[in-house]
Amino acid sequence: MNDTDSLLTRYAIRLGDDAMVHGQRLCEWSSNAPTLEEDLALANVALDYLGRARMLYSLAGNLCGQSEDELAFTRDTRAFQNLLILELPRGDFAFTLVRQFLLDEFEHLFFDALTASANEMLAAIAGKTRKEVAYHRRRSQEWLRRFGLGTAESARRAQAALDTLWGYVDEMFAVDDLEATLIAEGIAADRAVLRATWQAAVTHAIEAAALTVPDTTWRIEGGRQGLHTEHLGHLLSEMQFMQRAYPGLSW
Amino acid sequence: MNAIVTLPLVHAERAALVRRRRDSACAELWNALDAVKDPEIPVLSLYDLGVLRDIRRAADGVTVVLSPTYSGCPAMETMEADVRRQLLAAGVRQVVIERALSPPWTTDWMDARARLALKDYGIAPPDTVCCPQCGSHDASVVSDFGSTACKALYRCNACLEPFDHFKPL
Repeated sequence: MNDTDSLLTRYAIRLGDDAMVHGQRLCEWSSNAPTLEEDLALANVALDYLGRARMLYSLAGNLCGQSEDELAFTRDTRAFQNLLILELPRGDFAFTLVRQFLLDEFEHLFFDALTASANEMLAAIAGKTRKEVAYHRRRSQEWLRRFGLGTAESARRAQAALDTLWGYVDEMFAVDDLEATLIAEGIAADRAVLRATWQAAVTHAIEAAALTVPDTTWRIEGGRQGLHTEHLGHLLSEMQFMQRAYPGLSW
Repeated sequence: MNAIVTLPLVHAERAALVRRRRDSACAELWNALDAVKDPEIPVLSLYDLGVLRDIRRAADGVTVVLSPTYSGCPAMETMEADVRRQLLAAGVRQVVIERALSPPWTTDWMDARARLALKDYGIAPPDTVCCPQCGSHDASVVSDFGSTACKALYRCNACLEPFDHFKPL
């Protein structure tokens, strides 16, 4: 494997981890959502994320010789490279949808940029993902408005979610050495340049929902280095249980 | 009552697919695969959906190119298995299935016939939200997601029946 392939493998794995961990969090809502319709919606969005994780893991796996299942189910917390914001427990319904909103606004820009990747497979995955994100985004924007302009309780919960999540959003725009190299080669999308557009869109939507953009100053990151919150281990222990208990298990 | 169905112009990719099939050296395989339907929408074949993109003879068998609809669509694996089974039954020795992600699948690849078949089956086609039972355009969304990833759930305000809408993608 040459240097570029090795970086591309790591890049695809981290994007795959983002999709896998977020998809798993959404799956936790199955049969627990506030209404049947939302149960279906959350499960369907989760499926899009699992599908995306599979595409990215198989791109990586073809380069590094591991299967999708090995990448998803046999790596431990320190090997996972997902963004910290995605591993936080699902919280209440407002927390899940507010996180989805912040993420959708980011992914809408990010996957659009990634369609220009010099790597054909990555560009194709981004092209597919971009369309699904557009639909997710429409729904999460709608929910943000409903929370904010709904009852005092729904607004309070949405604001609490924003306040909790705000310190984690910077990591979505952080570019490390690995991504800087791949950006220079035209393979990765530059997430840092998306920040201003994202900030403007998110601010507009939050204010339109009569909520407040948090002024928290603390920031946390570390997911890309495998330095996680205490929550990821619990998530993985549930998600990976079957493969850990019965290695190589298949349906 | 019959709804007025606007017939969209044929998408360029759809036209290319129709030409590929017409000019193909293995017409009998395309015909054989007409029997493979979407497991969730048994009135549409993979060709109708635009999921079946190409069939090529290879050294020792046949390569079939499929474009997945939604990335996480659980029906994809069933579709692949059905394609394989159908071709093996038609005497093909080896079936290789290629997944083509680009250009990404879109509902625009369904032609007018497929849209009518959807409507007759009780699913509003992607073009406009229109009740497949009574043809009214007065409908409210019940859920952005329906029984499968590709559908949204509506209720008709005229006849009060619920219906699925195949979402434009």
